[in-house]
Amino acid sequence: MAAPIDLHEVAEREHEARSRYPWRIKACASTACLSAGATGTVQSLEQTIETNDLALDAVVIPTGCMGLCSRGPLVRVMRRGGDETMYQAVNEEVAVDIVKKHIKKHEFVETNLLDTSIPFFAAQERIVLANGGVIDPDRIEGYVAHGGYLALQKVLTEMTPEAVVQEVTASGIRGRGGAGYPAGSKWSLLAKAPGEQKYVVANGDEGDPGAYMDRTVMEDDPHRLIEGIAIAAYATGASKAFIYVRAEYPRAVERLDRAIRVARRNRLLGRKILETDFNLDVEVRIGAGAFVCGEETALLASIEGLRGVPQLRPPYPTEKGLWGSPTMINNVETLANIPAIVTKGADWFASIGTPKSTGTKVFALAGDLVNIGLIEVPMGTTLRTIVEDIGGGIPDGKAFKAAQTGGPSGGCIPAEFLDTPVDYDSLRQLGSIMGSGGLIVMDDDVSMPEVAKFFMDFSMDESCGKCTPCRAGTVQIHGLLERITAGQGSWTDLRHLEQLCATVRDTSLCGLGQSAPNPVLSTIQYFGDEYESLLVESGLEVVDA
Amino acid sequence: MRERRATVDVSFDGVEYEAYADESVMDASRRLGIGIPSLCYLEGLSVWGGCRMCVVQIAEDHRLRPACATPVAPDMEIHTDTPQLRAHRKAITELLFAEGNHVCAVCVVNGNCELQDVAVDTGMDHVRFDYQSPQREIDASHPKYIFDPNRCIVCTRCVRVCHEIEGAHVWDVAYRGSEAVLVTGMNQPWGTVDSCTWCGKCVAVCPTGALAYQGRAVGEMQHQTDIVIRLAMARNKGEWIDPAELEEMR
Repeated sequence: MAAPIDLHEVAEREHEARSRYPWRIKACASTACLSAGATGTVQSLEQTIETNDLALDAVVIPTGCMGLCSRGPLVRVMRRGGDETMYQAVNEEVAVDIVKKHIKKHEFVETNLLDTSIPFFAAQERIVLANGGVIDPDRIEGYVAHGGYLALQKVLTEMTPEAVVQEVTASGIRGRGGAGYPAGSKWSLLAKAPGEQKYVVANGDEGDPGAYMDRTVMEDDPHRLIEGIAIAAYATGASKAFIYVRAEYPRAVERLDRAIRVARRNRLLGRKILETDFNLDVEVRIGAGAFVCGEETALLASIEGLRGVPQLRPPYPTEKGLWGSPTMINNVETLANIPAIVTKGADWFASIGTPKSTGTKVFALAGDLVNIGLIEVPMGTTLRTIVEDIGGGIPDGKAFKAAQTGGPSGGCIPAEFLDTPVDYDSLRQLGSIMGSGGLIVMDDDVSMPEVAKFFMDFSMDESCGKCTPCRAGTVQIHGLLERITAGQGSWTDLRHLEQLCATVRDTSLCGLGQSAPNPVLSTIQYFGDEYESLLVESGLEVVDA
Repeated sequence: MRERRATVDVSFDGVEYEAYADESVMDASRRLGIGIPSLCYLEGLSVWGGCRMCVVQIAEDHRLRPACATPVAPDMEIHTDTPQLRAHRKAITELLFAEGNHVCAVCVVNGNCELQDVAVDTGMDHVRFDYQSPQREIDASHPKYIFDPNRCIVCTRCVRVCHEIEGAHVWDVAYRGSEAVLVTGMNQPWGTVDSCTWCGKCVAVCPTGALAYQGRAVGEMQHQTDIVIRLAMARNKGEWIDPAELEEMR
């Protein structure tokens, strides 16, 4: 059996290797930048270094997401012991310029400079995304050099499982998948559940349109997730874990697979982890394209190889989950927070955010904003800060109309509530939800009934078909919205729409159906006049059906 | 001596009753003669909880629960007949009628149909929603039975009875959402599925006219759900049934 990794030695070697080069060029090679051409950028940087005989002076490191995806490909040029410069829209020609001017002549490439003092970067607080734009996701050494796996070492050598659960409970962290169930309570349920075999499952079936928080964690910092899973398994007595990743994330699957292999080789997974008596196997399971498999009981069915439909609760998975054994499902982002909570302590974590929603939240900013990308902010940051400061406001001088949170399960929040702090409870009061972190901003050109129709189309398409209200109700809601947005709806249609939304919300089996009416109900609540202006007078008296 | 089954006090719509501690709200309501409409539930089979007809309210809890999947608890206050529940049940019934082709006047089970009974119980007098009028192909390939997916409400009684009681697992659900449809074998014509034993349990338990005997005309079809329930319950208890008893039920 291979000797376990010596974390301090690896970190030291990595720091030494890093300081060998006067210049380090970090090029974002995350999915958004790759689709903007980052592969060419990296090649161009490397070639130009080679042809200009700068191989001893500069090194190119492909990294994870730097956040400001709409300005990609992004590149950070770092000088040994000092200043750092960020460049945006670095295509192959700009990459050549960066090497020839910045590295060789110590002159900026003015046209592509990106000011890092703008609120987009300054107003963020990065815990989950701390390594984004910093480390090469494919090298465990990078993660270890930034304190990786020290939390696992700490819990295995210094803490009892009960103490770990207590720490997580004290941190106040709530589930980042959207519902906001306190993670500590869940951990303690699994820890107390009787049974020899227990499972931990990381839910990476991120499906909300426009959301890519979990993908970024899995692709860009896979070891952080693995460390979080290992700590959760140790704390709860689980010896097997699954990472459930949707099939649409092939790069995440590839990186996680490799990270698991490397971790096992270094005795960070497998048997006798770090020479303790703790054993854990982690396996990646790939979804088959169903949104509903992000619902925990459907996810478990899918892992077992069954049809991905939600099961009735109780019994809850912590009592009876995978193959009848106690199982805990945590969102990827929740687990990615764990190493920092262990290292820096529950008090530190609880001091960030609000008393009832502690820590930070990662959001995928999308829609009509100047800055589009991935951000991490303390819970309780106001929507206004996110939209106007971090997001840079609405482009083309248009006005803000609504922010959509929580994807097809969430609602639309109008301008009058821009000063609402973004936390689980405030958003729920507004008829929306925190959700997994999708945040779509819309300007005043957008028709809200159309937005509702878009999300209902999504829910209708993704309903599993098990329960009547969701299977047949979403079809009818969608039909009514089609009629109304086509200008052919009547007042009766609007009334039926509201009645049907109530039935689907109150009687559906799982969260997908129960929350599917949210986009419709919240837009009727805040933008009712838009619906009314689309209605035609039927000439019939409105009576109660 | 056998130990007495533990009981708990519960109330249905304000009236107090005694229920067995290990039974569901649905089983207690059936035993006590309280009518909670349901379609997918069938005594003796596993609980599916999909039709959502049997939702009830527990005390002031705003979250409605399916009676079939909710265990009774001490001093549980169960409401089965509030205006909100009535409205929801009626809406669900309308949704079922609108998504399939449920035309009683031309249906083999007219007069012997659980869906029709539910429509009467919930007071459905018209359907507010657009009829989807599906055009799914009817499977008449089986020599003895016929399957009309346009009359199917995806309650999965056939799936469960075939898997759990007969042990053949001929039936399953394919596709999802409004396209979810019952299939036989590996989604092949029923008549070509070798695992089918021709036992007819699926036909006996179908709550609508989706599964019927070949050659029945309007209103001629009778489901024999009671026989399957007797079989299933006896099986769960490990009890032997006299064939004469079954013959009499037929």
